[in-house]
Amino acid sequence: MTKKITIEPVTRVEGHGKVTIHLDEEGNIVQSRLHIVEFRGFERFVQGRPYWEVPVLVQRLCGICPVSHLLAAAKAMDVIVGVDPEDLSPTAEKMRRLMHYGQFFQSHALHFFHLASPDLLFGIDAPVEKRNIIGVAREHKDLAVQGVMMRKFGQEIIRLTAGKKIHGTGAIPGGINKNLSPEERDFLLKGKNPLNADKMISWALDAVNLFKFYHASHRDFIDKFAAFPSNHLSLVRKDGALDIYHGVLRSIDQDGNKILHDVDYSDYLDYIGEEVKSWSYTKFPFLRHLGKENGWYRVGPLARLNTCDFIPTPLAQKEWEEFKAYTKGKPNNMTMHTHWARLIETLHAAEVIKDLLIDPDLQGEELIRKGDKKFEGVGVIEAPRGTLFHHYKINDDDLVSMANLIVSTTHNNEPMNRSVRLVAEEKLAGQKMITEGMLNAIEVAIRAYDPCLSCATHAMGQMPLEVSLYNNENELIDRFYSYRRG
Amino acid sequence: MEKKVVATSSLAGCFGCHMSLLDIDERILELIELVEFDKSPVNDVKKFSRRVDIGLIEGGCCNEENVHVLKEFRAQCKVLVSVGECAIMGGLQAIRNTIPLKECLDEAYLNGPSVKGCNEESIIPNDEELPVILNKVYPCHEIVKIDYHLPGCPPSADLIWNALRALVLDEKMEMPYELVKYD
Repeated sequence: MTKKITIEPVTRVEGHGKVTIHLDEEGNIVQSRLHIVEFRGFERFVQGRPYWEVPVLVQRLCGICPVSHLLAAAKAMDVIVGVDPEDLSPTAEKMRRLMHYGQFFQSHALHFFHLASPDLLFGIDAPVEKRNIIGVAREHKDLAVQGVMMRKFGQEIIRLTAGKKIHGTGAIPGGINKNLSPEERDFLLKGKNPLNADKMISWALDAVNLFKFYHASHRDFIDKFAAFPSNHLSLVRKDGALDIYHGVLRSIDQDGNKILHDVDYSDYLDYIGEEVKSWSYTKFPFLRHLGKENGWYRVGPLARLNTCDFIPTPLAQKEWEEFKAYTKGKPNNMTMHTHWARLIETLHAAEVIKDLLIDPDLQGEELIRKGDKKFEGVGVIEAPRGTLFHHYKINDDDLVSMANLIVSTTHNNEPMNRSVRLVAEEKLAGQKMITEGMLNAIEVAIRAYDPCLSCATHAMGQMPLEVSLYNNENELIDRFYSYRRG
Repeated sequence: MEKKVVATSSLAGCFGCHMSLLDIDERILELIELVEFDKSPVNDVKKFSRRVDIGLIEGGCCNEENVHVLKEFRAQCKVLVSVGECAIMGGLQAIRNTIPLKECLDEAYLNGPSVKGCNEESIIPNDEELPVILNKVYPCHEIVKIDYHLPGCPPSADLIWNALRALVLDEKMEMPYELVKYD
């Protein structure tokens, strides 16, 4: 007899996922899977739409990081209207950057404060009714207010650059459709406390320190939980700096050796392939030259801080040096350190936002450029959750004839599955009683990646987290939802 | 006064309506004084613990699981609200309603340039753990009775806030023209 455990839906992640774990008679883990259960079909149904519509269409992939999809599609469409992504007008590029760093700021704050912090503040097996942002608001009101206001600041930046907090229109093929007025600039730069750039930098620094403080007293958990060696991939600026808007593709192995040497992302198909598995609508990307077995990698905050050579703002650079020193300069493969990396990036985003706001180019008048039309374009960006690829072809009538999307959470499909397996082995194997806290531990590992299951289901699906227990004959023994005590 | 109980769910959509709910920002503190939350993806309550007063549904129905959850919400919620274009009309993904489902699947798993040469066995995901995909994307009111519709992609935070307050306090809802957007 084997048992199957199902966790469904996975909660405090964005979107829908489900975990199944099969145990044999002795309680050994036979199989564990994170399923992404929805399919939406974007690659096919954007075909036949005019190219200029695509950025606003495809951002509907995801309501958490719509700006990432808006910008990745706009970068691909820049190429199609004949503008090299490095040759946008300064106003256009900087407005897009402001929008993107604003999005990073809000998305990272949302993840840390609203979704992940309850696990750290109250503990993995704290009572379910407490383990959420409302519980945080009741017991740590200042922290909850800080999280809410940080997210609000990022959302206000998006509103002022894209026109709307969710699903705006700011980026268009070849540039942008508005600049930032002096009033809008002052609203963000000198806004009434706490809504101004300086306060956000100081709060972001507080958040990094909060994590470090927690780490000091929970070293075993943060360093060992769901940790495993992996490759890492991200964009980096041509000089090796952390850059989330534009750059070249770099990948390193678990020891820090470069396995993808700062290549042009337009050639991504030469380097990256995607495996299809029958049990998930989300594909499994890998580096072609290393093959399916060994070519998988992580993306996102942890990967970015591993691949880059430095961070080009002073406060975040100082934190990065401490982060690097912790692993003696080697790549950091500790899954829970993703939270640390995410908060360092949040600080970096706040610093960049301030630098951009004082740049007079944001009030420039040249919004858009044009060149000779092309029929194919690739746009790549670092979304909050990792590297995001958009690739389109158009026909003579300017209608899309091919669309290919590899979203951040898709790259992390294999790493998330590995994390689930590790935690299942550690917490569930051999246990007679499966408790809700054990199941939440699995979700904690998934949450570290901040997976965006809405993005991941663009192909066609949906992902709530459920755990089912099956026996050896594959009979369903029990189905668990995290709220329920086994 | 006993607090009203609210449940929320995201069916086939982008989660943007839930994000717009969070865009009420500091009013979240006011909200938690007004209501309690039951089943919702923003907490860890995975199954209804009781019958609730208000259900907010984001997203349309693209698979059998969505239909199951929606019917459960109808059974458990005294008032059920479709929030946003996907719940109301199927949303952007309903563009696929004019295209055979097989073409969508083939494009994603067989023909896409990054799967070419990597899917030798021509696998299209199909597993008992994966809910069956519907031939079309359906709006919620074609599956169950919906009491109210909040338009927008997403509806603005102010609109969601006004609606929730009105439902909780049993007041007439303010829906000024500027807040109603059909984008």
